[in-house]
Amino acid sequence: MQINVNGKNKECPTETSISKLLESLDIDNRYIAVELNHKIVPRKQFNEEILQENDSLEIVTFVGGG
Amino acid sequence: MEDTVLKLGKYEFNSRLFVGTGKYQTFDIMKEALAASGSEVITVAVRRANIGGKPGESLLDHIDKDKYTILPNTAGCYSADEAVRTALLAREMGISDLIKLEVLGDKNTLLPDPVDTLKATETLVKEGFTVLVYTSDDPIAAKRLQDAGATSVMPAGAPIGSGQGILNPNNIRIILETLSVPIIVDAGVGTASDVTVAMELGCEGVLLNTGIAQAKEPVKMARAMKLACESGRLAYLSGRIPKKLYANASSPLKDF
Repeated sequence: MQINVNGKNKECPTETSISKLLESLDIDNRYIAVELNHKIVPRKQFNEEILQENDSLEIVTFVGGG
Repeated sequence: MEDTVLKLGKYEFNSRLFVGTGKYQTFDIMKEALAASGSEVITVAVRRANIGGKPGESLLDHIDKDKYTILPNTAGCYSADEAVRTALLAREMGISDLIKLEVLGDKNTLLPDPVDTLKATETLVKEGFTVLVYTSDDPIAAKRLQDAGATSVMPAGAPIGSGQGILNPNNIRIILETLSVPIIVDAGVGTASDVTVAMELGCEGVLLNTGIAQAKEPVKMARAMKLACESGRLAYLSGRIPKKLYANASSPLKDF
């Protein structure tokens, strides 16, 4: 199925949790926050939250800034 | 002379210099500069994680989180809604409930949008954030932000990254006389004397990034900024002599 991650379309198997997605994208999950369809998903729900067709995710982290 | 600690809500700091982590050539130079600055608070930005490429090094792997308090910013936000969303995402990372609120009005000047800055301050205070808010040096805007519950009001000395120093010390003085929350000069600092000017005026601290990160020798400049901050603070606490028009001899009158 298709999902959108950080503005890019991605193919993703059904029954994929957020944790699985992060793993498949090689994203270090220590310092990130995730929005699913514009709502923040608490870290403790990453394992339970299963993605649906056309879901839109924003995965953000800290970078250098002033 | 004994100084008091800088209190920002539940946080207490000995260093009054806050520094950013942007625009460094390498993480190693950044780390050395942060150490040389003596800062205890460092700012970071929130951006999309890198996907589809090689996993880049994480900024936070290069920062000793026991040593530094992380102050996430909302840089690059042009509306209250965007800034609130960014602040909520920053807090979700579980490192800090501090936020350096920045709502910009325009891409060329990077000056703050006063209306949306106020709106976002109100919302984030209600959400329980410790809000340190970037503003222009307008004393009325500054007062409104204090009234909205900001923990610290942070007037710009000059536009972000411009290195022009404290362009209107009179406005900063009025802000210092009118407000009771800690005032931290944020933005516009180009060199050590700019930091000293801010501290001599009685500001509680200075926040800067570009002045160190883009100096030819960032680590040396970081140390210069540290000394300037301490020096200005000490001069402020010492009570300077009033300025006079005419001379006043330092030696006793000649009596022979």
